[in-house]
Amino acid sequence: MKSVNQAVMKKDALPLITGKPVYTGDLAPKDCLIVKALRSPHARAIVRSVNKTAALKVPGIECILTAEDAPKKRFTIAGQTYPELSPYDRLILDKQIRFVGDPVALVAGKDAACVDKALRMIKVDYEVQEPLLDFRQAVDNPIVVHPEDDWNPMVPVGGDNKRNIIAQDKEDWGDVDGTFADSDVIVDHVYHTKQAQQSMMEPFQAFTELDPYGRLVIVSSTQIPFHVRRIVATALEIPKSRVRVIKPRIGGGFGAKQTAVMECYPALVTMVTGKRAYMLYTREESQTVSSPRHEAEIHVRIGASKEGHIRVISVEALWNGGAYSDHSPTTVTLAGHKSIPVYNHTEAFRFNYTAVYSNTIAAGAYRGYGATQGLFAVESAVNELAEKLGIDPVTLRLKNIVHEGDVMPAYFNETARSCNLEACLMRTLELIDWKHNYPRRVLPNGKIRAAGLALAMQGSAISNVDVASATIKVNDDGFYTLDIGATDMGTGCDTILAQIAAEALECPVDEVVTHGVDTDTSPYDSGSYASSTTYLTGMAVYKTCQTLIEKMKEKAARMLGDVKAEDLDFTGDAIIDRATGRQVTRKELGNAAMITNDIALEATETHFSPVSPPPYMAGAAVVDVDPGTGEITLVDYAAVVDCGTVINPALARVQAEGGLVQGIGMTLTEDVIMDKRGRLQTNSFMQYRIPTRQDVCDIKVEFAPSYEPTGPYGAKSIGEIVINTPGPAIAEAVHQATGVYFRELPITAEKVYKGLKAKKEE
Amino acid sequence: MKIEYWLNGRKEQAEIDAGLMLLDFLRDHGCYSVKCGCETTACGLCTVWLNEKPVLSCAVLAARIDGQHVTTLEGLQDEAKEFAQYMASEGSDQCGYCNPGFVMNVLSMVRELSDTPTEAEIKEYLAGNLCRCTGYVSHMRVLRRYLAAKGKEVQDA
Repeated sequence: MKSVNQAVMKKDALPLITGKPVYTGDLAPKDCLIVKALRSPHARAIVRSVNKTAALKVPGIECILTAEDAPKKRFTIAGQTYPELSPYDRLILDKQIRFVGDPVALVAGKDAACVDKALRMIKVDYEVQEPLLDFRQAVDNPIVVHPEDDWNPMVPVGGDNKRNIIAQDKEDWGDVDGTFADSDVIVDHVYHTKQAQQSMMEPFQAFTELDPYGRLVIVSSTQIPFHVRRIVATALEIPKSRVRVIKPRIGGGFGAKQTAVMECYPALVTMVTGKRAYMLYTREESQTVSSPRHEAEIHVRIGASKEGHIRVISVEALWNGGAYSDHSPTTVTLAGHKSIPVYNHTEAFRFNYTAVYSNTIAAGAYRGYGATQGLFAVESAVNELAEKLGIDPVTLRLKNIVHEGDVMPAYFNETARSCNLEACLMRTLELIDWKHNYPRRVLPNGKIRAAGLALAMQGSAISNVDVASATIKVNDDGFYTLDIGATDMGTGCDTILAQIAAEALECPVDEVVTHGVDTDTSPYDSGSYASSTTYLTGMAVYKTCQTLIEKMKEKAARMLGDVKAEDLDFTGDAIIDRATGRQVTRKELGNAAMITNDIALEATETHFSPVSPPPYMAGAAVVDVDPGTGEITLVDYAAVVDCGTVINPALARVQAEGGLVQGIGMTLTEDVIMDKRGRLQTNSFMQYRIPTRQDVCDIKVEFAPSYEPTGPYGAKSIGEIVINTPGPAIAEAVHQATGVYFRELPITAEKVYKGLKAKKEE
Repeated sequence: MKIEYWLNGRKEQAEIDAGLMLLDFLRDHGCYSVKCGCETTACGLCTVWLNEKPVLSCAVLAARIDGQHVTTLEGLQDEAKEFAQYMASEGSDQCGYCNPGFVMNVLSMVRELSDTPTEAEIKEYLAGNLCRCTGYVSHMRVLRRYLAAKGKEVQDA
């Protein structure tokens, strides 16, 4: 293959590295009104009144909008295919405050200085209410987060707002209780992960204006342009035809921008004033009123035979949705469906879940999307099981993991058509020098070196839901334009999809120009999330190329005369008559399309998939633990990924490294701390500590490709799975070093110190 | 107040509010490579040079550039393009939002570190430049090759 499986440079690399103005904030016109929000300091309150008289007198202030000025129909900002599984429970501005940071008013003015001044002069009269801050107490609590009668689930997901339940379900396969009763060994523990923050470098930002037709144009740093069009139109109660969304370059998303966190605010200002409006979130806003990973408490039970056959797995997940339902009903389902199938030889499984409301930040989508929390719990429990059985964790896994050809009952009965998990595991052990590092040894400096491992899976797009499309045109001299609705957020999909097109069209990647996304002109795509782009949009590109080649043959046949399209061969550079050798070059074809022509040399194809093939991986960590202080130093990390065919090895490797380091941050340093009144104290990069380069050890990444028959050139996804192994692998390494199990992330030095102290006192 | 300064080698003057931060001043003057990522001097996105030394422009008053030389990536395009070849070939640019601040610090590091810097010295020099996409591992691959081309051999710790 000439273009696929090649480390092609990202098409936008030079402009990005040399600092060209390509992001939303760089493109916002200078005459935009600056929009900021006045936010509630209370976690739960009713806004009795807002006195804006003095603030309105500040020179330069254009408008101050409150709940009275906003539409009254509820909607969701979760970027999902309509009808969304997330109940409609939001207003742009609501009198009921549900968490610290909920907006009370929007202030728009000619510059930041006057807006800041006006914000300080607004007087709000709050009726402060007692908040519900502990999600474990949410179900049937007398404090009801969403008491309103117009709470609107579009799809039944088992929710009941009067009981603080967003979504709930129970699933049993096989005889769960009987198998537990019959198991030789059972592990039974509860695991806890917090509301980790995506912390992409570009904060949320968008600007809005009315175009010459009076339509609302939104330029936004978003992963979901088509969903934003629908969400904003719904929120503003205007026809969808009145909204156009454009995505420029995006400074990272990791799922944060799969939620329309703030587009409605400048949009409302533009609709009210008719003027351009720009809103840029501060880092504090990006950390406290955004869309982090769901906090989760997961109860795992595993039953096994004494020989190490995992016979039954039960996962019961309690999910903190926070103040709004965004992505709760969907993320929570992954906790079981993308963890249990790793051990596919069980006789029974149970997956029960409840997602609840509380008066905390509304959680959303973050890389891994619920699988991360589920895998931390299940993989940790499997490591605990190995210890209890007296079987080493590698042998235990080799006896139980999923293999190619397996039907996966806990994964919607899909067949693992491509699976190289065992090879991933064995190669990871070599890379991490498992034999030498596992389980532990005392170093000359008194620290304890130990190792741990974990496995992971994810999906590739949402089966039977996600839709991807591509349009390819032949232009002057035969170069191609590839229009996509998928959003490159730094992952490189504009390049990767061009590689797939170039492979199919047998041309250099440089001859495929990628364009996206403008909802007025791009073909429909659900958006870049759920590990969908390479797999699903990639397949749409592949199909489009096949259709386009047929059209090019048809046109060539017309040009050659006296020959049928089916007698022609496409060689990439030309179309050749098999019998005579006469040919039309691609250049001639492209130019002929622009004179006396009635065959459109363009094609559009759309794709969905009835399956969501999991990528698989193994990861292993080596840590040094200081028994005196509890300090953990990550010494080495190795991971091997089966993402099917690797379309771009350089970009895939960096995706893997980046995802691993995010997982390492979630495991060791990224803590979320809330005070007694519900205020997030971890509201900046000083408190919420994402890894710096000094925190990162050498990380070894390799690939163990399988071939996925339903993916483009055999490809599956890679974007999300890579965040899933560090949590359980590092937790196990720390356990091996200390003899103490840590079932809550992050695992800080303080927790290790206290754990060691408690163990000593036992 | 009125200030006179050199921006990317060109002498200019401007009338500014005394409280204006350099970050906002530079973006107002067309230097869009300078990004704001945190407001708490923790991310490195707004790194520029003041008299050839890297500073965080979110924490420097614009008034302080009076009589001084300010350099942004807009003024170092040839150097940035050279470095970009190394970075792009590793796929290390990713979303790009942290790239300009990172490149500014890399270019000053090349001048300041010895001919045989260690990995630890490099990490320490660049510690203030956060990146959420790459996990930094590819940065070191890039820097090893780039520094080698500049006659500097990275020593293993």
